[in-house]
Amino acid sequence: MPVEDLHKLQEDRLKSLVRFVYAHSAFYRQRFKEAGVAPDDIKGLSDVTKLPFTTKLDLRDTYPTGMFCLPKNWVVRYHISSGTTGKSTVVGYTQGDIEMWSESLARALTSVGLGRGDVMQVGYGYGLFTGGLGLHYGSERIGATVLPLGAGNTKRHIELMQDLGSTAIACTPSYFLYINEVAQEMGVSIRDDTKLKTGVFGAEPWSDETRKRIEDSTGIKAYDVYGTSEMSGPLCTECHRQDGIHIWADLFLIEVIDPKTGEQVEDGERGELVVTTLDKWAFPLVRYRMRDITILNSEPCECGRTHPRIMRILGRTDDMIVVRGINVFPSQVESVLMTIPEVGEHYQIIVDRKGPLDVMTVKVEVTEATFSDKIADLMSLSKRVSGELKDVLNLTAGVELVEPGTVPRSMGKAQHVIDKRKV
Amino acid sequence: MVAIKQISIFMENKPGRLVRAAKTLSDANVNMRALTIAEAGDFGVVRMVVDDTEKGYRVLRDAGFTVSETDVLAVEIKDTPGGLYEIAKTLGENNVNMDYAYAFVTAKAKQAMLILRVDDLKRATQVLTAAGVRMATREEIQRI
Repeated sequence: MPVEDLHKLQEDRLKSLVRFVYAHSAFYRQRFKEAGVAPDDIKGLSDVTKLPFTTKLDLRDTYPTGMFCLPKNWVVRYHISSGTTGKSTVVGYTQGDIEMWSESLARALTSVGLGRGDVMQVGYGYGLFTGGLGLHYGSERIGATVLPLGAGNTKRHIELMQDLGSTAIACTPSYFLYINEVAQEMGVSIRDDTKLKTGVFGAEPWSDETRKRIEDSTGIKAYDVYGTSEMSGPLCTECHRQDGIHIWADLFLIEVIDPKTGEQVEDGERGELVVTTLDKWAFPLVRYRMRDITILNSEPCECGRTHPRIMRILGRTDDMIVVRGINVFPSQVESVLMTIPEVGEHYQIIVDRKGPLDVMTVKVEVTEATFSDKIADLMSLSKRVSGELKDVLNLTAGVELVEPGTVPRSMGKAQHVIDKRKV
Repeated sequence: MVAIKQISIFMENKPGRLVRAAKTLSDANVNMRALTIAEAGDFGVVRMVVDDTEKGYRVLRDAGFTVSETDVLAVEIKDTPGGLYEIAKTLGENNVNMDYAYAFVTAKAKQAMLILRVDDLKRATQVLTAAGVRMATREEIQRI
């Protein structure tokens, strides 16, 4: 669809949404009044900035269903957020909302070349978490065969991948790295002994360097998927160009703002993602602050799609750690480590306070392939990692070389930061 | 070639780590001839010469250790004052650098044995042989 038509559609849908939430939700009515805005004030897309933000805090304050905009008998399903950053939150869906969710993912999976004949192995958790069921419905909608394994039972994943000829897998990137590790231990090469060619990875921030490592070691194409439970679940992916995640403009209106001032930033500038839902009704969102840091790209993609793209999530406004006054995102540390072949892909950042000073230590695993038995080589490796971290973070970090397998593995979201500081 | 294989293990400097390695070898009935630990703060490298290197390497690897095999020389030294001096002098004069060395004494061989890692294995072998120094072969180490 041409960009102008998409914008017209967004405008119409935004107006409907604003009228809808104003009519149906005491929460939004109250918020709009506080902000001095009425539905009629929204005349065009740019008027979106007149609307107040909503936040995770609002969701918690109205727990469990205070932000729902339709009676409960319209709701056909609940999901509960994993509570990565605090108390869990409840989201609800009408039948139509579930359809929209599946449709969104179906488009995304099509854009990475999947369809009928593909076997999608779902390695996201099923249940209250949206990952498993989301990918499940989206894959079925494009006619693919779904293998609903869920997270865990890693050996079974590898056996069935071989026996049933899985061509695609969806899980967290850290879980896929773990699957690959276990496959190697079992003497199975994902590249040579399976038909796997596509990976849909998300639910935790990861880097282009991790993508390269996954693709180089297993021969698959790794695509980033985005979507949070508040938006429905996993919804959007990169297209085959692997150059940003297309956010379907008829379904979502996205903005990227400066988290401090709340002002929109220019295309290409780093900021916090803000989402307004345009076709979601039991639990719509008006300018919901995702707390995910990204960069907006409104240019049409080389794939031909006109839907705007966001660059891969660079971190969260709240998983940012501040060490000695310097902002550090675990994703920055990850991208440094992934360029150093002598260390494994698993890592952990430990922040502690020694006296008045914050001390950051990064634990990395020494890989067998490059293990030198000379102490001097190991010392220089640790120095090199520390030096490259300093270049990127502008912060001196200790590096602790550890034995392989000693950094905790995760089947869901990896815990990359241990903050031992007591404030 | 008289070089023998040494097994090196990367190890965090924490209680219980060495125990696990020792137990792994003992369970596999692999016997250690010589062992040394080099430590550098948080981690260290355990180096050892065992009777059955392939088996030792395999069982350690399967147990999840980061292991490597390195070519070293097992040089016989006279168990008398000046034994090491001769060897160090020969290598030094011929510009061969010792990365590290550790010694052990065997009852059977009645001699001290120096495990030596050098930067130029071939040259070290030549100059030591020329100086009349004996080096133990793999078979000899196994038989000790």
